[in-house]
Amino acid sequence: MELLSGADMLIRSLQDEGIEYIYGYPGGAALHIYDALFRQDKVKHILVRHEQAAVHMADGYARATGKPGTVLVTSGPGATNTITGIATAFMDSIPMVVLCGQVASTLIGEDAFQETDMIGVSRPVVKHNLSVRHPEEIPEVIRKAYYIASTGRPGPVVVDIPKDMTTPNERYEYVFPKKIKLRSYNPAIRGHAGQIKKAVDMLLAAKRPIIYAGGGVILGKASGQLTELVRMLGYPITNTLMGIGCYPASDKQHLGWLGMHGTYESNMAMHHSDLILCVGARFDDRVTNATEKFCPGARIVHIDIDPASISKTIDADVPIVGPVDAVLKEMITLVKESKEKPDADAIASWWKQIDEWRAFHGMRYETSPDVIKPQEVIEALCRLTKGEAFVTSDVGQHQMFAAQYYKFDKPNRWINSGGLGTMGFGLPAAMGVKLTHPDDEVLCITGEGSIQMNIQELSTCNQYNLPVKIINLNNQALGMVKQWQDMNYESRHSQSYMESLPDFIKLAEAYGHVGVRIDRKEDLETKLKEVLAMKDRLVFVDIYVDRFEHVYPMQVARGSMKDMWLSKTERV
Amino acid sequence: MRRIISVLLENEPGALSRVVGLFSQRNYNIETLTVAPTEDETLSRLTVTTTGSDKVIEQITKQLNKLIEVVKLVDLTEGSHIERELMLVKLKATGSQRAEIKRTVDIFRGQIVDVTSSVYTVQLAGDSDKLDGFIQAVGTSGVLEVVRTGVSGIARGEKVLSL
Repeated sequence: MELLSGADMLIRSLQDEGIEYIYGYPGGAALHIYDALFRQDKVKHILVRHEQAAVHMADGYARATGKPGTVLVTSGPGATNTITGIATAFMDSIPMVVLCGQVASTLIGEDAFQETDMIGVSRPVVKHNLSVRHPEEIPEVIRKAYYIASTGRPGPVVVDIPKDMTTPNERYEYVFPKKIKLRSYNPAIRGHAGQIKKAVDMLLAAKRPIIYAGGGVILGKASGQLTELVRMLGYPITNTLMGIGCYPASDKQHLGWLGMHGTYESNMAMHHSDLILCVGARFDDRVTNATEKFCPGARIVHIDIDPASISKTIDADVPIVGPVDAVLKEMITLVKESKEKPDADAIASWWKQIDEWRAFHGMRYETSPDVIKPQEVIEALCRLTKGEAFVTSDVGQHQMFAAQYYKFDKPNRWINSGGLGTMGFGLPAAMGVKLTHPDDEVLCITGEGSIQMNIQELSTCNQYNLPVKIINLNNQALGMVKQWQDMNYESRHSQSYMESLPDFIKLAEAYGHVGVRIDRKEDLETKLKEVLAMKDRLVFVDIYVDRFEHVYPMQVARGSMKDMWLSKTERV
Repeated sequence: MRRIISVLLENEPGALSRVVGLFSQRNYNIETLTVAPTEDETLSRLTVTTTGSDKVIEQITKQLNKLIEVVKLVDLTEGSHIERELMLVKLKATGSQRAEIKRTVDIFRGQIVDVTSSVYTVQLAGDSDKLDGFIQAVGTSGVLEVVRTGVSGIARGEKVLSL
């Protein structure tokens, strides 16, 4: 029988759970745990400079590897600083466990120093939260936390650990549970066979079908099955911002992504389709535009692990609750076995129509002889990294440009805060990726607004040698805010101008990194090449781009999917 | 439309706050809420009455089911069911009012459970409409205090909500 303190049990449980890295920041209520961490070397701890960054780092790690991320912070401000990160992970269904110190159970409710009701504060933004009520429970609570975080529709789980649960001199028997079973939590393991059959029949009978795939395909590790099914059918596919990489962007059946800043052809194809097969997406308002005008002629098959995502905003004709990989696999088998084949003539004329839409816009943008266009920067990066980099982004125009012009052929490589839209996400997320992918190129595409929200992490990068490349598309304004002000507020740029920007080059150097400024168009490609050649250095690339550029296409507010601005002057 | 949703919930600290939080977080209505442990002490039974379109009610039941601590739930209004609410009401009762109130209580099959020289305390059980009807019948001017438990409900016939 092995006797361990609560703190040792916690660390031991993490080891037994197979956790490699935790990201965190120590403090009073977590000190017993930090001491236990010190006395072992299996679980590695990364010390960030702000707790929010620890969560984004764990998040970036989770998105790139598909494994749950782990965060450790102290009570009170340590815990509340994680909230934005947790909400970010919650909105994008990212598996994560956040371990929070808490004041001793005897002090809870007394407004003790650094006491916050973290269970209450986090409740609306977690998949679940748990508090430890006896040290002996710790292994089971930890196992439960990871089980809930990583099964079904994944999400963040908070574990609140009062300090007296980790007291060093109180030891208990350590038993790590082999299996966790919860009577009230049983995620679906397969879809309903009858519904799947119905869906396949509808797919094969469709004249203007489209596949609409989302982040669920990446989270469900179902890119292989999706690609197989789509190629087998020969139908067009579009995906959401979160689904980028779930199907190769360079494939001719891929129409790009859809929604507010999606491609013209994908929005047009959605609007005119007669059948939408939605796989692991959730008809978010940034996709559908006005729901009452959404795809009037389409019947909808919706596959999702979360029943609450089905018919939430758009009613599904055929709902299928189940893991996307298992459901797609069954669909592939049924398509193979079916005597019915897709209507070749109808599909050919559907493609003819789509190709016309494709040729009509083709993601064109105006270039200028001397000003660097943000789109050009992304295209250059995509070329120079052969489309194989891991790209994280912050939130705003740069995020849309990165998603539009970097072509991802693989899943897990486009990492952004799609649901919550968290500025400050990009750099720490990139660090989480780089830590576990040291040989891969990791780019953080950001703007001068977003990067300043977690700029302090340049220090962490120095400590742990994380040579990410920060691509700062500097337009000296909060670009997306400014774009909306241009379009909806007669260009009254209320608080969207970034005055007094720091000298990013000196700033990067102050943190021990390299800073490179690019402000001449003719230097763009050569300087980017030099930057990418500095394999073992973090390089902050401050690129002065067109200050007046807008992101297009852009759906017209309250319109249907086909109502778009294609440039500052063209509206369809 | 008014619905009565009955939920079996893990009897854990914080479980109730998740249910209540869900309603406010997603902008759903709660009209009444009752909760108490069941014969199985690991489970609580919670009854919530709410209003909303069919789409909203579908979301409410799905979102409730998503809560890790919700074991099972049923929308009682989907089938025939019995609903009861208990009300305690203090009424001004002096002079000729005393006999009149006593008669009204009898008609509504209530009971006078406490008496002073000027006040009757009445206990009344029934569906919510009946309790409203009683208040109307005695007239609001004589009502000093009203306490209602909120609705509890159970399905008619063989159907049971259990593990």
